[in-house]
Amino acid sequence: MKRRVLESTASLKETMVGYYLELGSAAAAKSAPVAWCTSTGPVEILRALGYKVHFPENHSSMLGAARTANDYMTRAHARGYSQDICSYLTADIGAFLAGETPFSAFGLEEVPKPDVLVFNTNQCRDVRDWYEFYGRTWDVPVIGIESMHMIENVTDIQVDAIASQMEDLVPPLEEIAGTRLTSDNFSEIIALSKECVDLWKSCMEMAAHKPSPVTFFDSTIHMGPVVTMRGIPAANEYYRLFLSELQKRVDDGVAAVEGERFRLYWEGMPIWGKLRELSELFAALSTTVVASTYCNSWIFDALDAADPFRSMARASLELFIVRSDTPKESYIERMVREFSVDGIVFHDSRTCPSNSNCRYGMPERLREQLDIPVITIEGDQIDLRCYSSEQTKTSLEGFIEQLEDRGRPGEGVGD
Amino acid sequence: MARFLGGIDCGTWTTKAVVIDGDARLVGSLVVRTAADLAGAAERAFDGAIERAGITREECAAIWATGFGRTNVSFADGTRTELDCHARGVHHYVKGAVTIIDIGGQDAKVVRLDAQGRRISHKMNRKCAAGTGSFLEEMALRLGTSIEDFHDLASGFTEELELGSFCTVFTGTEVLTSIRQGKRPADLARASYRSVVKRVLEMDIFEGQVVATGGVIAHHPVIVAMMEEAFGGTIIVPPHPQEMGAFGAALACLHEIESVRKEDAS
Repeated sequence: MKRRVLESTASLKETMVGYYLELGSAAAAKSAPVAWCTSTGPVEILRALGYKVHFPENHSSMLGAARTANDYMTRAHARGYSQDICSYLTADIGAFLAGETPFSAFGLEEVPKPDVLVFNTNQCRDVRDWYEFYGRTWDVPVIGIESMHMIENVTDIQVDAIASQMEDLVPPLEEIAGTRLTSDNFSEIIALSKECVDLWKSCMEMAAHKPSPVTFFDSTIHMGPVVTMRGIPAANEYYRLFLSELQKRVDDGVAAVEGERFRLYWEGMPIWGKLRELSELFAALSTTVVASTYCNSWIFDALDAADPFRSMARASLELFIVRSDTPKESYIERMVREFSVDGIVFHDSRTCPSNSNCRYGMPERLREQLDIPVITIEGDQIDLRCYSSEQTKTSLEGFIEQLEDRGRPGEGVGD
Repeated sequence: MARFLGGIDCGTWTTKAVVIDGDARLVGSLVVRTAADLAGAAERAFDGAIERAGITREECAAIWATGFGRTNVSFADGTRTELDCHARGVHHYVKGAVTIIDIGGQDAKVVRLDAQGRRISHKMNRKCAAGTGSFLEEMALRLGTSIEDFHDLASGFTEELELGSFCTVFTGTEVLTSIRQGKRPADLARASYRSVVKRVLEMDIFEGQVVATGGVIAHHPVIVAMMEEAFGGTIIVPPHPQEMGAFGAALACLHEIESVRKEDAS
């Protein structure tokens, strides 16, 4: 069975390269201030103030996808950054220490240096530690939002507290940028950002169709603009194109994986250096990974141009990663139902505990509650020392055999 | 009905081949070291199995392969994972819901089956060799003996010692420390087995019928006794535990042939 390549991939590359080139040229000409921002951070404030924004997580995923991350991590380890902390952090810092970047493929000599680094610890503490390294290295300010975690229900008190932290970011950001935040400009950026995440959500929902026109592995690539370009019209233009291609596939009954037999949910980080290998493995098993927590993490339903700070705050707190297990399990249960999922794959990412939801009994609970097969594979988002291709292949193939047997009532192995 | 069928389990340490007849009776088998030539090991094992069965290759209607090297067995007509094949093999001998512990050269697996023999779940050991045959071989090396003599060495124990089960290298260091402190190799060999047991028993919940298979179980029966002691129940060791994966592959082959025959007849 074969994987089908999406035609919009060429436009995606153009869109992303255009973004990196604009970032690089603005930094080189000093025509705009440069901020580094976490991927679920307050990018809309930065854009409204005219910042060009770089996302180190995006950079690390590129190192992972190119399978060069392991070449760099050791440099960070040698500086005291453990093998057991975020491999995005160690690979990114290692690449900086080596003076190398995948951006060189787009003509950028280096990652544009920041005037300010802005974090939101809704993802994890590592993002702050990561930015503090660069803050110390270049003596630039590191500011951000310290988030609550393990949130059961998002309350107004929590929203107000985060909104207040966001508002506190504005004066220093205005000073660095040398400009003022206007409500019109801010609302316009929020509206663009909301349109972007709505379009992305519509793209992800296409996978509810049978057969699915798109796989998780496609989505990890096509999510580039929603991660890095929220608030920029070009991102929205791209997702209109992507959505139309997916809609056409649905209309024409074209499957992303020919002969789709099984539909899976992926919980946890992608394994960037093994996307192709895993994509081909699942395609060979006529199995589509139709939905994922990860790709859905950039759907910020709460964004509202009429209430910028509070809606951004609410969006950052509604995020899956910052919730307790009860709402997380309810979310996965809904995904399983809406996407007609036959089984769940949990990726236990060695250096990303925040995105490894298999460590406190969730797979076992969901197997019981939803009567659905689950499997946990070990790996890491980019540290391939933590991943065994052979063991993973056997485990996933065995999982699909299990789904096959499950589909034959009354017929066990060899009866 | 097919006269004879073959199953090959091309594992990381050893390659096992079996021949079964149309009634799923094992009529010949052989285990050889896998080493670096997976295809060659499969050939040698299968040649030996058919010789022991007293048949020719032509009398074997089909051959299925399993194990880490299953796709390297060029003469196989089909493949299944070792998870599936161990389940099939065990279900042939032990009816009802079971939990299977399979300890091989490089990995340990726990597979749970429902009353119909369908897999409910499986777990594989984390990447470290702790809890596998490789761990025991490493400990044998540290204690100056061979894996073949390790079981005999442990049987001469006089003191129960504790070793860690988290990491092979850590445990190896513990062994060296214990030797320096004058501990006896026999006692450390027994503690090594206990380390494997601890590691395996933390992989899942063991209740109801528990079945043990794999080369480590076949050649190191003390592990079974230790596991029974640890979880307070009986562990069933079916016939030919080391060849259970190959036997399951042959059963999968038989099952497929019979399914096709039924479809053709209907």
